[in-house]
Amino acid sequence: MRKNVILPITAFISGLIFSFGLVLSEMINPARVQGFLDIFGTWDPSLMFVLGGAIPVAFIGVHIMKIMPKPVFAQTFDLPTKTKIDRPLLLGSALFGIGWGIGGLCPAPAIASLSTLLPQTIIFVLMMVLGMLLHDKLWKSLK
Amino acid sequence: MEQFYAPLAGGMLLGLSAALLLILNGRIAGVSGILGGVLSGKAISVNLAFTLGLLTGPSIWIATVAPLPKIETTAPMALIAIAGLLVGFGSRMGAGCTSGHGILGIARLSKRSLVAVVTFLSTGILTVAVLRGLL
Repeated sequence: MRKNVILPITAFISGLIFSFGLVLSEMINPARVQGFLDIFGTWDPSLMFVLGGAIPVAFIGVHIMKIMPKPVFAQTFDLPTKTKIDRPLLLGSALFGIGWGIGGLCPAPAIASLSTLLPQTIIFVLMMVLGMLLHDKLWKSLK
Repeated sequence: MEQFYAPLAGGMLLGLSAALLLILNGRIAGVSGILGGVLSGKAISVNLAFTLGLLTGPSIWIATVAPLPKIETTAPMALIAIAGLLVGFGSRMGAGCTSGHGILGIARLSKRSLVAVVTFLSTGILTVAVLRGLL
Protein backbone atom coordinates (compact mmCIF):
# COMPACT_ATOMS: atom_id res chain seq x y z
CA MET A 1 0.00 0.00 0.00
CA ARG A 2 2.85 2.36 0.91
CA LYS A 3 4.66 1.72 -2.38
CA ASN A 4 1.56 2.64 -4.35
CA VAL A 5 1.50 6.05 -2.73
CA ILE A 6 5.22 6.78 -2.92
CA LEU A 7 5.63 6.16 -6.65
CA PRO A 8 3.18 8.85 -7.78
CA ILE A 9 4.66 11.25 -5.22
CA THR A 10 8.20 10.83 -6.53
CA ALA A 11 6.91 11.04 -10.10
CA PHE A 12 5.10 14.27 -9.23
CA ILE A 13 8.23 15.75 -7.65
CA SER A 14 10.25 14.73 -10.69
CA GLY A 15 7.70 16.53 -12.88
CA LEU A 16 7.95 19.63 -10.69
CA ILE A 17 11.74 19.69 -10.93
CA PHE A 18 11.54 19.15 -14.70
CA SER A 19 9.26 22.16 -15.03
CA PHE A 20 11.64 24.23 -12.87
CA GLY A 21 14.41 23.27 -15.26
CA LEU A 22 12.34 24.36 -18.23
CA VAL A 23 11.54 27.70 -16.61
CA LEU A 24 15.07 28.44 -15.36
CA SER A 25 16.66 27.52 -18.68
CA GLU A 26 13.93 29.44 -20.54
CA MET A 27 13.32 26.43 -22.75
CA ILE A 28 9.67 27.02 -21.91
CA ASN A 29 9.97 29.97 -24.30
CA PRO A 30 9.59 28.70 -27.87
CA ALA A 31 11.63 31.63 -29.20
CA ARG A 32 14.69 30.27 -27.35
CA VAL A 33 14.37 26.89 -29.01
CA GLN A 34 13.82 28.37 -32.45
CA GLY A 35 16.78 30.64 -31.83
CA PHE A 36 18.92 27.54 -31.30
CA LEU A 37 17.57 25.99 -34.50
CA ASP A 38 18.22 29.22 -36.40
CA ILE A 39 21.74 28.15 -37.21
CA PHE A 40 21.75 30.03 -40.52
CA GLY A 41 20.40 33.21 -38.95
CA THR A 42 20.70 34.68 -35.47
CA TRP A 43 21.94 31.66 -33.52
CA ASP A 44 21.08 31.38 -29.83
CA PRO A 45 23.31 28.64 -28.34
CA SER A 46 21.34 28.42 -25.06
CA LEU A 47 19.84 24.98 -25.78
CA MET A 48 23.35 23.64 -26.16
CA PHE A 49 24.10 24.69 -22.60
CA VAL A 50 20.81 23.23 -21.42
CA LEU A 51 21.72 19.83 -22.85
CA GLY A 52 25.25 20.38 -21.58
CA GLY A 53 23.82 20.55 -18.08
CA ALA A 54 21.12 17.92 -18.48
CA ILE A 55 23.00 15.08 -20.14
CA PRO A 56 25.91 14.76 -17.68
CA VAL A 57 23.55 14.77 -14.69
CA ALA A 58 21.30 12.21 -16.35
CA PHE A 59 24.42 10.22 -17.24
CA ILE A 60 25.38 10.05 -13.55
CA GLY A 61 21.85 8.86 -12.82
CA VAL A 62 22.15 6.16 -15.48
CA HIS A 63 25.40 4.92 -13.96
CA ILE A 64 23.98 4.83 -10.47
CA MET A 65 21.01 2.94 -11.87
CA LYS A 66 23.30 0.37 -13.50
CA ILE A 67 24.63 -0.81 -10.16
CA MET A 68 21.18 -1.09 -8.59
CA PRO A 69 19.30 -4.41 -8.60
CA LYS A 70 16.00 -2.55 -8.63
CA PRO A 71 14.73 1.05 -8.39
CA VAL A 72 14.40 2.45 -4.89
CA PHE A 73 10.62 2.35 -4.78
CA ALA A 74 9.50 0.31 -7.79
CA GLN A 75 9.78 -3.40 -8.49
CA THR A 76 11.67 -3.24 -11.79
CA PHE A 77 13.29 -0.85 -14.21
CA ASP A 78 10.94 -0.08 -17.09
CA LEU A 79 13.38 0.84 -19.84
CA PRO A 80 13.22 0.87 -23.64
CA THR A 81 14.60 -2.31 -25.17
CA LYS A 82 14.59 -1.64 -28.89
CA THR A 83 18.00 -1.31 -30.48
CA LYS A 84 17.22 -1.39 -34.20
CA ILE A 85 17.21 1.88 -36.10
CA ASP A 86 13.96 1.47 -37.96
CA ARG A 87 11.74 3.52 -40.25
CA PRO A 88 9.30 4.71 -37.57
CA LEU A 89 12.22 6.08 -35.59
CA LEU A 90 13.54 8.00 -38.58
CA LEU A 91 10.23 9.19 -39.99
CA GLY A 92 8.77 9.99 -36.59
CA SER A 93 11.82 11.96 -35.54
CA ALA A 94 11.83 13.83 -38.85
CA LEU A 95 8.18 14.79 -38.46
CA PHE A 96 8.71 15.70 -34.83
CA GLY A 97 11.59 17.96 -35.81
CA ILE A 98 9.47 19.79 -38.37
CA GLY A 99 6.75 20.44 -35.82
CA TRP A 100 9.36 21.45 -33.28
CA GLY A 101 10.86 23.91 -35.72
CA ILE A 102 7.51 25.41 -36.65
CA GLY A 103 6.28 25.93 -33.11
CA GLY A 104 9.41 25.87 -30.98
CA LEU A 105 7.47 23.62 -28.64
CA CYS A 106 7.72 19.96 -27.72
CA PRO A 107 5.67 17.98 -25.20
CA ALA A 108 7.33 19.07 -21.96
CA PRO A 109 7.37 22.87 -22.38
CA ALA A 110 3.92 22.73 -23.96
CA ILE A 111 2.43 21.07 -20.88
CA ALA A 112 4.47 23.25 -18.55
CA SER A 113 3.20 26.46 -20.15
CA LEU A 114 -0.47 25.39 -20.12
CA SER A 115 -1.00 27.23 -16.84
CA THR A 116 -0.40 30.51 -18.67
CA LEU A 117 -3.60 29.76 -20.61
CA LEU A 118 -2.08 31.28 -23.73
CA PRO A 119 -4.30 30.35 -26.69
CA GLN A 120 -1.31 29.20 -28.75
CA THR A 121 -0.28 26.79 -26.00
CA ILE A 122 -3.78 25.41 -25.58
CA ILE A 123 -4.18 24.86 -29.31
CA PHE A 124 -0.75 23.28 -29.53
CA VAL A 125 -1.47 20.86 -26.68
CA LEU A 126 -4.88 19.90 -28.04
CA MET A 127 -3.42 19.20 -31.47
CA MET A 128 -0.45 17.40 -29.94
CA VAL A 129 -2.80 15.11 -28.02
CA LEU A 130 -4.76 14.57 -31.24
CA GLY A 131 -1.55 13.73 -33.07
CA MET A 132 -0.56 11.26 -30.37
CA LEU A 133 -3.97 9.61 -30.45
CA LEU A 134 -3.92 9.49 -34.25
CA HIS A 135 -0.68 7.58 -34.04
CA ASP A 136 -1.47 5.33 -31.12
CA LYS A 137 -5.02 4.46 -32.04
CA LEU A 138 -5.18 4.76 -35.83
CA TRP A 139 -1.74 4.49 -37.39
CA LYS A 140 -0.62 1.55 -35.32
CA SER A 141 -3.78 -0.39 -36.10
CA LEU A 142 -3.18 0.09 -39.83
CA LYS A 143 0.25 -1.55 -39.63
CA MET B 1 29.24 33.88 -20.28
CA GLU B 2 26.90 34.80 -17.41
CA GLN B 3 23.93 34.53 -19.75
CA PHE B 4 24.58 30.79 -19.99
CA TYR B 5 24.47 30.06 -16.27
CA ALA B 6 20.68 29.89 -16.26
CA PRO B 7 20.46 27.50 -19.23
CA LEU B 8 23.19 25.35 -17.69
CA ALA B 9 21.57 25.30 -14.25
CA GLY B 10 18.14 24.73 -15.76
CA GLY B 11 19.55 21.87 -17.78
CA MET B 12 21.02 20.34 -14.65
CA LEU B 13 17.56 20.43 -13.07
CA LEU B 14 16.21 18.57 -16.10
CA GLY B 15 18.94 16.00 -15.67
CA LEU B 16 18.21 15.75 -11.97
CA SER B 17 14.53 15.18 -12.64
CA ALA B 18 15.39 12.42 -15.08
CA ALA B 19 17.92 10.84 -12.72
CA LEU B 20 15.41 10.85 -9.88
CA LEU B 21 12.63 9.27 -11.91
CA LEU B 22 15.08 6.63 -13.09
CA ILE B 23 16.58 5.78 -9.71
CA LEU B 24 13.45 6.06 -7.60
CA ASN B 25 10.76 4.89 -10.03
CA GLY B 26 12.77 3.00 -12.59
CA ARG B 27 11.17 4.99 -15.39
CA ILE B 28 12.31 7.17 -18.25
CA ALA B 29 11.36 10.85 -18.02
CA GLY B 30 10.44 11.01 -21.68
CA VAL B 31 7.46 13.32 -21.78
CA SER B 32 6.00 12.04 -25.05
CA GLY B 33 6.02 8.53 -23.59
CA ILE B 34 4.57 9.75 -20.32
CA LEU B 35 1.74 11.54 -22.12
CA GLY B 36 1.24 8.51 -24.31
CA GLY B 37 0.88 6.49 -21.14
CA VAL B 38 -1.72 8.91 -19.79
CA LEU B 39 -3.67 8.71 -23.04
CA SER B 40 -3.63 4.93 -23.15
CA GLY B 41 -4.09 4.38 -19.44
CA LYS B 42 -0.72 2.68 -18.96
CA ALA B 43 0.94 3.13 -15.54
CA ILE B 44 -1.62 5.86 -15.14
CA SER B 45 -0.86 6.92 -11.59
CA VAL B 46 2.84 7.67 -12.11
CA ASN B 47 2.40 9.08 -15.61
CA LEU B 48 -0.42 11.33 -14.54
CA ALA B 49 1.50 12.37 -11.42
CA PHE B 50 4.54 13.40 -13.46
CA THR B 51 2.31 15.31 -15.87
CA LEU B 52 0.63 17.12 -12.97
CA GLY B 53 4.03 18.05 -11.60
CA LEU B 54 5.01 19.46 -14.98
CA LEU B 55 1.73 21.35 -15.15
CA THR B 56 1.77 22.87 -11.67
CA GLY B 57 5.50 23.49 -11.29
CA PRO B 58 5.53 26.84 -13.11
CA SER B 59 2.78 28.17 -10.81
CA ILE B 60 4.85 27.18 -7.79
CA TRP B 61 7.88 28.84 -9.40
CA ILE B 62 5.92 32.07 -9.92
CA ALA B 63 4.76 32.01 -6.30
CA THR B 64 8.17 31.33 -4.79
CA VAL B 65 10.99 32.32 -7.11
CA ALA B 66 10.28 34.67 -9.98
CA PRO B 67 7.87 35.42 -12.82
CA LEU B 68 8.02 33.16 -15.84
CA PRO B 69 10.14 34.14 -18.81
CA LYS B 70 8.21 35.60 -21.71
CA ILE B 71 6.62 32.91 -23.83
CA GLU B 72 6.95 34.11 -27.38
CA THR B 73 5.34 32.30 -30.28
CA THR B 74 5.60 34.07 -33.60
CA ALA B 75 3.88 31.46 -35.75
CA PRO B 76 0.24 32.02 -36.75
CA MET B 77 -2.37 29.85 -35.07
CA ALA B 78 -2.87 27.60 -38.10
CA LEU B 79 0.83 26.72 -38.15
CA ILE B 80 0.85 26.20 -34.37
CA ALA B 81 -1.96 23.69 -34.83
CA ILE B 82 0.00 21.85 -37.52
CA ALA B 83 3.09 21.96 -35.34
CA GLY B 84 1.18 20.36 -32.49
CA LEU B 85 -0.09 17.60 -34.75
CA LEU B 86 3.40 16.87 -36.08
CA VAL B 87 4.99 16.91 -32.63
CA GLY B 88 2.34 14.62 -31.20
CA PHE B 89 2.30 12.16 -34.07
CA GLY B 90 6.03 12.30 -34.69
CA SER B 91 7.08 11.84 -31.08
CA ARG B 92 4.91 8.74 -30.70
CA MET B 93 6.07 7.28 -34.01
CA GLY B 94 9.70 8.10 -33.24
CA ALA B 95 9.34 6.68 -29.75
CA GLY B 96 10.52 9.82 -28.02
CA CYS B 97 11.19 13.53 -28.03
CA THR B 98 13.79 15.94 -26.70
CA SER B 99 13.56 14.65 -23.13
CA GLY B 100 13.37 10.93 -23.85
CA HIS B 101 15.88 10.78 -26.69
CA GLY B 102 17.75 14.05 -26.26
CA ILE B 103 18.50 13.79 -22.56
CA LEU B 104 18.03 10.23 -21.41
CA GLY B 105 18.73 8.45 -24.65
CA ILE B 106 22.04 10.23 -25.04
CA ALA B 107 22.84 9.68 -21.35
CA ARG B 108 22.21 5.97 -21.91
CA LEU B 109 24.44 6.06 -24.98
CA SER B 110 21.59 4.73 -27.08
CA LYS B 111 22.28 4.58 -30.81
CA ARG B 112 18.58 4.87 -31.56
CA SER B 113 18.39 8.06 -29.55
CA LEU B 114 21.47 9.53 -31.17
CA VAL B 115 19.93 8.90 -34.60
CA ALA B 116 16.61 10.37 -33.42
CA VAL B 117 18.30 13.49 -32.05
CA VAL B 118 20.39 14.06 -35.20
CA THR B 119 17.24 13.56 -37.29
CA PHE B 120 14.97 15.94 -35.41
CA LEU B 121 17.68 18.53 -35.03
CA SER B 122 18.26 18.40 -38.77
CA THR B 123 14.63 18.76 -39.77
CA GLY B 124 14.14 21.35 -37.03
CA ILE B 125 17.02 23.44 -38.33
CA LEU B 126 15.83 23.11 -41.93
CA THR B 127 12.30 24.05 -40.95
CA VAL B 128 13.39 27.20 -39.13
CA ALA B 129 15.63 28.13 -42.05
CA VAL B 130 12.77 27.76 -44.50
CA LEU B 131 10.34 29.62 -42.28
CA ARG B 132 12.78 32.45 -41.70
CA GLY B 133 13.20 32.67 -45.46
CA LEU B 134 16.86 31.98 -45.59
CA LEU B 135 16.76 28.97 -47.86
